Amino acid sequence: MPAGHGVEAATQDPAGISGWLDHPPRMGFFTDTSVCIGCKACEVACKEWNQVPEDGLNLTGMSFDNTAGLGADTWRHVAFIERAETDSDAGFRWLMSSDVCKHCTEAACLDVCPTGAIFRTEFGTVVVQEDVCNGCGYCVPACPYGVLDKREGDGRIFKCTLCYDRLSDGQEPACAKACPTDSIQFGPLDELRERAQGKLDQLVEAGHPGAQLYGADPGDGVGGAGAFFLLLDEPEVYGLPPDPVVTTRHLGEMWRSAGLAAAALGAGIIGAFVGSRR
Amino acid sequence: MNQTRITTEGLTNARPGREAPPGSGRPTGSADRERRRGSRRRRPAEAFRSYYGLPVLNPPVWEAREIAGYFFLGGLAGASSVVAAIAQRTGQRSVVAPAKVAAAGAVTLSLAALVKDLGRPTRALNMLRVLKPTSPMSVGTWVLSCYAPAAIGAAGSELTGLLPAVGATATGVAAALGPAVASYTAVLISDTAVPAWHDARREMPAVFVSSAASAAAGVGLLACRDSDAIPLRRLAIGSAAAEIVAEQVMERRLDPAVAKAYHEPKPEKLLRASRTLSAFGAAVALLAGHHRVGRRVAGTALIAASALTRFGIFHAGMASARDPEATIGPQRARLAS
Amino acid sequence: MTDLGWPVLRQLLGPDRTARGSAAASARSRSLRARTATADKVVKSVCPYCGVGCGQNVYVKDGQVVQIEGDPDSAISRGRLCPKGSASLQLTTGDARLHQVLYRRPYAADWEPLDLDTAMDMIADRVIATRRETFEWEHEGKRTRRTMGIAHLGGATLDNEENYLIKKLWTSLGIVQIENQARVCHSSTVAGLGTSFGRGGATTCMQDLQNSDCIIIEGSNFAEAHPVGFQWVMEARARGAKMIHVDPHFSRTSALADLFVPIRAGTDIAFLGGVINYVLDNDKWFHDYVVRYTNASTIIDDEFADTEDLAGMFSGFDRDERKYDFQTWQYRSDDSNDSNDSGDSDDADSTRPLNHRSSGAVRSSGRGESHGSGGAAISTKEPPRDETLQHPQCVFQILRRHYARYTPEMVERVCGTPKEIFAEACRLITDNSGPDRTTAFAYAVGWTQHTVGAQYIRAASVLQLLLGNIGRPGGGIQALRGHASIQGSSDIPTLFNLLPGYLAMPHAEEHHNLDDFVEADRHDKGFWANMREYAVSLLKAWWGPAATPDNDFCFDYLPRLTGDHSTYQTVLEQIEGRCKGYFLMGENPAVGSANTRMQRLGMANLDWLVVRDFSLIESATWWKDGREIQTGELVTEQIATEVFFLPAASHTEKDGSFTNTNRLLQWHHAAKEPDGDARSDLWFVYHLGRRIREKLAGSSDPMDRPVLDLTWDYPVEGSHDEPSADCVLAEINGFDAQGEPLTAYTQLEADGSTACGCWIYCGVYADGVNQAARREPWRNQNWLGTKWGWAWPADRRILYNRASADPDGKPWSDRKALVWWDAEAGKWDGHDVPDFVPDKSPAYVPDEDADGPDALAGDDPFIMQADGKGWLYVPSGLVDGPLPAHYEPQESPVDNPLYAQQASPSRKLIQHVDNQFSPSGTQPGADVYPFVLTTYRLTEHFTAGGMSRWQPYLAELQPELFCEVSPELAEYRQLEHNGWATVISARHAIEARVHVTDRMSPLVVDGRVVHQIGMPFHWGPNGYAKGDAVNELVAMALDPNVHIQEDKALQVDIRPGRRPRGPALLDLVEEHRRRAGVTVDTGHGI
Ligand SMILES: Nc1nc2c(c(=O)[nH]1)N[C@H]1C(S)=C(S)[C@@H](COP(=O)(O)OP(=O)(O)OC[C@H]3O[C@@H](n4cnc5c(=O)[nH]c(N)nc54)[C@H](O)[C@@H]3O)O[C@H]1N2
Ligand SMILES: Nc1nc2c(c(=O)[nH]1)N[C@H]1C(S)=C(S)[C@@H](COP(=O)(O)OP(=O)(O)OC[C@H]3O[C@@H](n4cnc5c(=O)[nH]c(N)nc54)[C@H](O)[C@@H]3O)O[C@H]1N2
Ligand code: SF4
Ligand code: SF4
Ligand code: SF4
Ligand code: SF4
Ligand code: SF4
Ligand SMILES: [Mo]
Repeated sequence: MPAGHGVEAATQDPAGISGWLDHPPRMGFFTDTSVCIGCKACEVACKEWNQVPEDGLNLTGMSFDNTAGLGADTWRHVAFIERAETDSDAGFRWLMSSDVCKHCTEAACLDVCPTGAIFRTEFGTVVVQEDVCNGCGYCVPACPYGVLDKREGDGRIFKCTLCYDRLSDGQEPACAKACPTDSIQFGPLDELRERAQGKLDQLVEAGHPGAQLYGADPGDGVGGAGAFFLLLDEPEVYGLPPDPVVTTRHLGEMWRSAGLAAAALGAGIIGAFVGSRR
Repeated sequence: MNQTRITTEGLTNARPGREAPPGSGRPTGSADRERRRGSRRRRPAEAFRSYYGLPVLNPPVWEAREIAGYFFLGGLAGASSVVAAIAQRTGQRSVVAPAKVAAAGAVTLSLAALVKDLGRPTRALNMLRVLKPTSPMSVGTWVLSCYAPAAIGAAGSELTGLLPAVGATATGVAAALGPAVASYTAVLISDTAVPAWHDARREMPAVFVSSAASAAAGVGLLACRDSDAIPLRRLAIGSAAAEIVAEQVMERRLDPAVAKAYHEPKPEKLLRASRTLSAFGAAVALLAGHHRVGRRVAGTALIAASALTRFGIFHAGMASARDPEATIGPQRARLAS
Repeated sequence: MTDLGWPVLRQLLGPDRTARGSAAASARSRSLRARTATADKVVKSVCPYCGVGCGQNVYVKDGQVVQIEGDPDSAISRGRLCPKGSASLQLTTGDARLHQVLYRRPYAADWEPLDLDTAMDMIADRVIATRRETFEWEHEGKRTRRTMGIAHLGGATLDNEENYLIKKLWTSLGIVQIENQARVCHSSTVAGLGTSFGRGGATTCMQDLQNSDCIIIEGSNFAEAHPVGFQWVMEARARGAKMIHVDPHFSRTSALADLFVPIRAGTDIAFLGGVINYVLDNDKWFHDYVVRYTNASTIIDDEFADTEDLAGMFSGFDRDERKYDFQTWQYRSDDSNDSNDSGDSDDADSTRPLNHRSSGAVRSSGRGESHGSGGAAISTKEPPRDETLQHPQCVFQILRRHYARYTPEMVERVCGTPKEIFAEACRLITDNSGPDRTTAFAYAVGWTQHTVGAQYIRAASVLQLLLGNIGRPGGGIQALRGHASIQGSSDIPTLFNLLPGYLAMPHAEEHHNLDDFVEADRHDKGFWANMREYAVSLLKAWWGPAATPDNDFCFDYLPRLTGDHSTYQTVLEQIEGRCKGYFLMGENPAVGSANTRMQRLGMANLDWLVVRDFSLIESATWWKDGREIQTGELVTEQIATEVFFLPAASHTEKDGSFTNTNRLLQWHHAAKEPDGDARSDLWFVYHLGRRIREKLAGSSDPMDRPVLDLTWDYPVEGSHDEPSADCVLAEINGFDAQGEPLTAYTQLEADGSTACGCWIYCGVYADGVNQAARREPWRNQNWLGTKWGWAWPADRRILYNRASADPDGKPWSDRKALVWWDAEAGKWDGHDVPDFVPDKSPAYVPDEDADGPDALAGDDPFIMQADGKGWLYVPSGLVDGPLPAHYEPQESPVDNPLYAQQASPSRKLIQHVDNQFSPSGTQPGADVYPFVLTTYRLTEHFTAGGMSRWQPYLAELQPELFCEVSPELAEYRQLEHNGWATVISARHAIEARVHVTDRMSPLVVDGRVVHQIGMPFHWGPNGYAKGDAVNELVAMALDPNVHIQEDKALQVDIRPGRRPRGPALLDLVEEHRRRAGVTVDTGHGI
């Protein structure tokens, strides 16, 4: 049905194809986890700015991560990984990484949202409009990264807005602004991608074998993320899917199967009745 | 050495802090090596790596009763509308009214379930703010918003005998949309990142429509007179067989890491019960369908089986959303290949 | 198009056909604005948490604060904030804050509300009555003019102006037991840095770390405790610098280190001594710098004997007094007829004989903290030197001998640091030091909080001097101080032993009049020679017209000390019933101070207690829910203490200045007035003083003269009659006879024509402009941010920067230019304000009889030092030794591998049944407490938790107290990850959740495995995130120079499971003590 998908994958102008005729450059995040100090300022700054409710005291035992994951009340989540390579001389490493909505070029949550509550902004970001969302919940399992969730007692779905309100006033997102070490870098996506590649090259040259960009490739399963990362280990170690593909890439195929099935249903019933006509 | 120079002129060669390299970790000194030598390896090798075994996805926030129920009722309605229209044409009069009423009732209930499951039910109408081809739920809602009045109109006209022309059109529209109503929910759940659903996307519509047909056949069997039973028995046997086969094919085609969700205790139990009831219903329809009691038993079994299928698939999806391996395993394998 | 109401229409008619963009946008979305953009005003402020001093913008809409975020212009923080700074909105506007005065009657079971006005009146009455009752004109025959009945604690969270008024009012009332966090936090810094360089503050500023070639972070958890400052470390690393982290636990700082060096807590002197030895052995020291700028060549008294000669003691130890006589540590005197009178070894409690400079005698030293802005005095003006450094009694040779046994092998034995890692650290440090390269040290309370805390800092000072890293860009010693204004509360000290600007509090024994007072401390050489000017100007600021030359400028109005009146001593005074009234103004000793049990027992014995804070902290509620109530030892209905709780205003609700960790004063402006009963501490002190003065107005009692003569007429403003902080700052800055603001301390006069509340802050109000409020964006100036705020002294950002140039005044290297001599202009020029006499040529050689600044030579970069040199060896000023030597902590499972002497012989121990110590090393019973416990901070919490445990956004990030243990220890003690454990010391027992982690690692020390346990100390039983207070475990074992407690290394046992409740808890502790044979005498051997 939506034939445009293949084309859309190729375009890196999601705002343009979403009806923003004269729009600013696509803005996004490059989260460079190699300089993250795990301070969680991003978590707090986000909560303060967006007045996100506190979500309970829970000592998880997962290193210093007592937040556990993204959800309705956590739009930035700092993961902590204690990696001991006891068998080698490589020693011990403590990885920290601040996760956030990826603001996918092809965003499943946006595609599936039936109300238009989720929309692509002029900055190319993906935002849930809290005045529209009716809590149908469809976006939740659509997201391949586990970003969105329903807020208890509210019923609506929340996630990072990439500080749409601040961007509208030419301001930097709260989390990026707070970040003490610039692990979270905000800016026009092309610039960020270029900068990230430079940093990766630098790390590879210095012999960091695990270093990799995550979500920076427009050719990936979501058409590249608007918020991408430099990781020091495989994505799944950080709780990220290694090779997610936006579900709506297969929508045509699904509708075709459904069409066939629907036809078969009609045919089957007709067959059952017609063949038995007395 | 720091590349910065501070001459009497000022500071040059600055570089932003974000360009700093990562830390080097804790080095292993001789004492550590000594201490660790012979000490057991503390962590067993992991089959796959994940973040503390936490799910990658956020599991659906849907309630089983409402959403699996809505799938079931929608299927029942859609298929029943087709049955009603065909039966009307082919003269199985005893089936027509019950099928129309079942369709109307089921679609009403299914809409109610859908609204009830909304986090903000008062905003149900926001579903019609936009028409999104990319959203099966949007497409489905628009289809439903045409289908439901038709199904209800068809039933109303049928029961009251009023406005027969409108009734006929409504019956036609409902029958035309029925297959869409019965099948779009398969797309709806497949169009998620939940591996047990998404990876089953090719077979899911077949499972859903055969399950829908089963349910509609069940309704027909419950209602029909002896003389009208044959097509419904055939439909029952055919759809039950299709449901079993489609569901099995679906499970088997899945990556084992994903398929295992279907073997979690809850979905496994539900699906096994569904299969048993389907087989039982079909057998009874075949062997005892000429008796009213037999049809009642078979019809009930098939309706229940259809519902169980939906609940089983629903819970399999929930289990797979919670299982990081289901998400990571196939993706890793894909990358490796 | 956008006006089409129904989005489907927009979709069908507009460009967004699939309704995923513009068509789907709601009207709300289309008109969304940032509340930062729609605010009515933006108020410039400073983060109220830590000493980094990040800039904040406070956004106000309709009279309410709607957002607080980083100020992008700040030269320090560049707009960034850590989680605490980011939670400032919740701190100041959240519902954890109280706005009602509460009162607990004696013996009452609960609080009752009280009217603010009544509360103020009652408190004024209590102060007057208690003071009358306890006033002490004399103590053991010496005039004291004071009261020991009232004490104060708190100041580091307060503004400079508030600290100033507190010190001023309390002192005028004769209260001497005035203390704040500086005591428990960084007092040893002031002593360590002050005696080494002449000033007790960080020698550099945060931003300059970007220029380091190597940064050693040791005794600091930089990335967690000063996260925004850490950006400058990252900046250096981005440019190729190496960062080394030396720490007992692998922290978030270690995670970013190029080299992590594990170390046993309490052994840094051995480590640094090892590096010093490496530097000397391998000839890595900076020859010209050392010869010209340090006292390496100075010759020491022949009688001096080193720890090498005396099995771990220096010469002069008096075993009965447990104190050193430091006569033999002095520079050799030209003058052979030295009198034999000597300084006493204690800081202020000494019974020191008067030392007259005419006798050439050593003037007494001690008073470690009074070297905050003026090094220690010495006996001779021009001590003999041997610039070949060959003389066996020259400092350099003494140093060599002293550290000769601090070999890599010894370092490994003592510290548990693997040899090859130590070697790598030595290599990095020395490769990155010299004319072309500079290495910086950053430390904090991992060093200060030891029984030898001051000596830790001395060890780093020695090393940095040898490497030529002081006063140079990218070099220095970065003392990372704690609270927002802890530096300010040391400079304008709410501390018992100091007056503003590091003038000492007078001592009953010897400071009978102004002359005695000045003579005892002033130097012949350098700027401390003008001490009289500073002291007189202070007295004029306080007593204005009443202070005349005829009455010694009211010098006699100052109460006198007779000993140690520090906070731990005050606790004893409370327990013994002598101290009856207590002000807690922004400090929470029931959680933050060592031995919280004694803190509570002390408070339970008070007549009255005033707590000013945001929420009901543990120190305000112990009488109804403290541990002793739970164990049944105390019964609420039997506690007589009257408790007042007064809600405090937040930083957004008052004007004032904080002094950050780098001596930088920054003004924060009030964004709104406080709500309800909340008031600023400035308001409280001012109006309390006003009421007391009104009540005493008719008094003819000479006791009341000081408070009645006090200048106390600050203009008030606003609906609460808030005193003007600006006017207080102007008084601190000082003014001349015409009332014109002064611009520099060099203008101060000793004749009473100038008044100045704190001489080192003179200039902060230069030209009548609040220089602390300067906010020139960092982009518009050099990297030092010299136009951002105002730094003491004299707005210099890098201290001793004369040393960045060679003796001829040229930068040592064209990579490292900071200040230089401009021969044509005949003045010093540079990127920073030169820390030198502006027009003194490098070639200048003073006349024999020159005095004061004129006596400084052109190559004497340490202008506050008595000899103008950086001190490798401290002949006077410290009471526990002229050179750092490794001693084990008071409680240590290890015998000192270096010396027969186990712990510092002159350490100060408080002997009390509730402050017992475990046996150490191989003493019997030591194995009952076999593990080393060290305590520290987490990024997400703040100190005793008053500003984080009540804040849900912070609390949820670290919800519970935990202990960190290695997998090996977990296995050994059967501890389960995320389960519970009970930790037991000789004082008390607490419970915590268990983190089993590879971040902790056992060490091999002297051939055996030593397990360390790490615990953050932020929890307490109140608030949102609750837990046991770690300080239940910690003892009052103190550094003798400054009385800081040993928080960083103690002995404990750990076992799985939760602790017992009720009286059984005491049984557990007692049973451990019994098994270990602990008595009140244990650990008190020399
Ligand atoms: N997030 C946060 N920031 C803070 C504070 C806070 O509570 N929370 N408090 C503020 C205050 S008041 C202060 S004083 C500063 C303190 O700042 P820091 O001194 O950095 O704080 P700590 O974590 O107490 O201790 C620092 C490190 O010393 C290590 N250490 C312990 N013993 C030893 C030892 O013997 N040798 C060595 N080399 N290291 C040792 C600890 O493992 C810890 O990593 O932080 C300020 N900033
Ligand atoms: N075991 C162990 N113990 C330690 C340490 C350690 O490392 N280990 N570190 C020590 C150190 S360095 C320090 S500094 C201390 C800190 O210990 P404390 O100073 O006792 O701890 P804080 O929680 O910072 O207490 C400050 C209080 O001031 C209040 N406050 C903030 N602003 C204002 C204001 O404007 N007015 C008033 N009236 N109140 C205000 C806050 O709410 C808070 O309750 O802890 C020490 N204790
Ligand atoms: S990450 Fe998930 S929530 Fe974010 S845009 Fe992509 S699909 Fe949507
Ligand atoms: S829950 Fe809200 S945001 Fe998510 S798909 Fe439904 S309407 Fe859209
Ligand atoms: S961009 Fe804004 S909404 Fe998104 S995580 Fe950052 S602060 Fe939160
Ligand atoms: S604020 Fe920056 S450094 Fe801190 S946890 Fe977040 S990403 Fe990491
Ligand atoms: S707590 Fe310290 S580092 Fe954090 S924002 Fe405040 S001043 Fe900056
Ligand atoms: Mo501190």
